[in-house]
Amino acid sequence: MSAAALDTRPALAPRRLARAGRFVRANPVTSVGFAIIGLLIAIALLAPLIAPYGSDQLDASSVLSPPSSTHLFGTGTYGEDIFSRVLYGARYDLLIGFAAVAIGLTLGCSLGAIAGFFADPVDEIIMRVMDMISAFPAFVLAMGIAGALGPSLRNLIVAIALVNVPVYARLMRGSFLVVKRSQYATAAVGVGAPPWRILRWHLLPNTWSPIFVQATLQFGYAILDAAGLSFIGLGIRVPTPEWGVMVSLGIEQVITGQWWVSFFPGLAIAIAVMGFNLVGDGLRDLLDPRRS
Amino acid sequence: MAAILEVSGLTAAFPTPAGPARVLDGVNFQVQDGEILGIVGESGSGKTLTALSVLGLLPAAARVLGGEIVYRGSNLLALDRRAMNRVRGEQMAMIFQNPRSSLNPLYRVETTLAQVLRTHRRLRGDEARRVEIELLADVGLSDPARVLRRFPHELSGGMCQRVMIAYAIASNPRLLIADEPTTALDVTVQLQIIELLARLRQEHGLTLVLITHNLSVVAELCDRVLVMYLGRIVEEAPVLEIFDRPRHPYTVGLLGSRPSVHAGGSLRTIPGQVPDPRERPRGCAFHTRCAFAQELCATDAPLPETVGDNHVVECHFWRELA
Repeated sequence: MSAAALDTRPALAPRRLARAGRFVRANPVTSVGFAIIGLLIAIALLAPLIAPYGSDQLDASSVLSPPSSTHLFGTGTYGEDIFSRVLYGARYDLLIGFAAVAIGLTLGCSLGAIAGFFADPVDEIIMRVMDMISAFPAFVLAMGIAGALGPSLRNLIVAIALVNVPVYARLMRGSFLVVKRSQYATAAVGVGAPPWRILRWHLLPNTWSPIFVQATLQFGYAILDAAGLSFIGLGIRVPTPEWGVMVSLGIEQVITGQWWVSFFPGLAIAIAVMGFNLVGDGLRDLLDPRRS
Repeated sequence: MAAILEVSGLTAAFPTPAGPARVLDGVNFQVQDGEILGIVGESGSGKTLTALSVLGLLPAAARVLGGEIVYRGSNLLALDRRAMNRVRGEQMAMIFQNPRSSLNPLYRVETTLAQVLRTHRRLRGDEARRVEIELLADVGLSDPARVLRRFPHELSGGMCQRVMIAYAIASNPRLLIADEPTTALDVTVQLQIIELLARLRQEHGLTLVLITHNLSVVAELCDRVLVMYLGRIVEEAPVLEIFDRPRHPYTVGLLGSRPSVHAGGSLRTIPGQVPDPRERPRGCAFHTRCAFAQELCATDAPLPETVGDNHVVECHFWRELA
C-alpha cells in the first residue's frame, strides 16, 4: 500500500469509533445489552458521586412522598430517597451476581471438566451428585441453603453459587465430551502431545465459549435470585440498599397507593436482568469461532 | 527390506448392548521399511480402526481383545502411556480424512507447529520459526511465512492437508499413516497431495501406510495392497498383482465397481452391504454377498493361502476364480 493511500485512512480513534458504529448497526440488540451493563457498572462505581442523598439518609419532612424534582423516585416509609438507594443498590446486586457466578463457575466447571476428562466411575459419581442438586427447584434449594446458613451477604452469595454449580458442571462436561472426540484432539495425541498439553491447549480452550455465554445469562438470574431471597428475608437485611430488600420494604405501601417505593427497585432488577440476557444471547452468536 | 511394523492377530471390539461388536477380527500384516502399503475396503471394513490401533488412538469405548503390534521389535500394546507418546510423533504419525477438522480452530498454523517442535525436538524461538518455515516449504506451500500467521479456517482444504502433513512429519517420524488423505479434497488437489506424499517418501525415507477406497490412488502410489473386509484382511498382494490377478471375489468386486469412461452402461456394484459386525456371518464373512459362495463358505472360515509371489488370499475357491 502506498503512503498516499495510508494518509487517506482516518486516524486511529475515529477508526475505532467507526468499527464500534458498525458493531452497533450489526448487533443493535446486543449493543443495548452492553450499554445497560456498562451503565449499571458506572452507576455502581460512581454511586456516592451521583446520588443526591446518602443511602441511609432520612428526610423526616417528606415521608412516602411521590416522585418529584427533589426526590426523583419519591421517598419511602422513613423518608429515605428511593433514587439514591436504587443507585447504591447497583453496588450490592452487581457484587452478588459477580461473586455468585464466579464461585459457581469455578466449582461447576472444575467438576464438569473432571467428569468429562476422566471416564467412569469418576464421571458417574460427580454427575449423579449434580443430578441430586438439580432435582430440587433451584430457588427452593437456595432458600434452604440461605436459611440454614443464616441471612448475610456472604451466605446469600454461597447459596446462589451452589445452586448453579450443576448448570456449569453439565455444560462443561458436555463440551468436554465433544472436544475430546474431536479430530484435532486425536491428531494432537497422534503426534505425541502429552495428556496435560491436550487438556490445556486442545480441550479447555474449545469449551470456553458456551460457558462464557451461560455465565452471562446466569449473572442476570443470580441478581434475580438474590433479590428474591432478600425479598423474603433470607438474604440481606433491611437497611442495606439492595434492590430485593427495597422491593419488600415497599410492598405494603403498594396497596395504599405509594407504588414508587417498590416499583423503582423492581424496575432496576428487571433492567439489569434484561441487560445480561441480551448480552448473553448476543455472545452466543458472536463467540462462534467459525463466524468471521 | 525388513519389516518395520508387524501386526498379528489384532482383534478389537466395541461393547454394545447386544454384545461386543468385533470390528477387527485377527488382522495380520507387515509393513516393510520404505514401502507404500495401501489398505483398501468399503466403509466399515476396519481400515481406519486398524490404523488407529497402531497409534493407540482407538476411541475410549473400544477394547483390544488380542494380538500384537510390533514396531521395530517392541510390542506397542504393552508400552505405557509415556513411552507410547514418544513413539507417536517421533516414530510414527497419522493424517486424517478431513484436514480442516484435524487442526485446532483456535490456533494459528505457527502455534500448532510450534507445539510439536517443542515437545519432540525441544525447539523454541527463532530456531523453531526457521524449522516451521522449512516444514511448510517442504510440503509445497508457496508463502510459508504468510501461512504461518493463518488460522485453519482461512486456508483451503488442500492447504490444510499440507499443513496437517507438515504437523505430522515435524518430528521426523519413520512411519506415516494416511487415512483417506485426499477423500475430502477437490480432484485437482488430490493429485497434488498424492505427489507430495510420494516425494516425501523419497526425500525423508518415510514408510507410508495409505488407507483409501480410491483404487486409482492405490495404482498410482502403492507398492503393496491389503484388501480388508469386515475386520479381516482377505487378500494381500503387490499392486500390479492385485490389478492383474485378483484372487478374492471381494477384490474382484471392488475392481469391477470402478467407474470407467470406456465400459459404458451402468456402474457395477457389489450387492448388499457390509454386515453389522455384531452379526458377523459364520464361515467366510463375505459369503452373504459373494456370487461364488457355496455351502462350505457358510460353515468354514477360509485360511490364508499363498497363491503367488507375496500374494495371500483367504478364499476356499480362489482357483475357480482364476
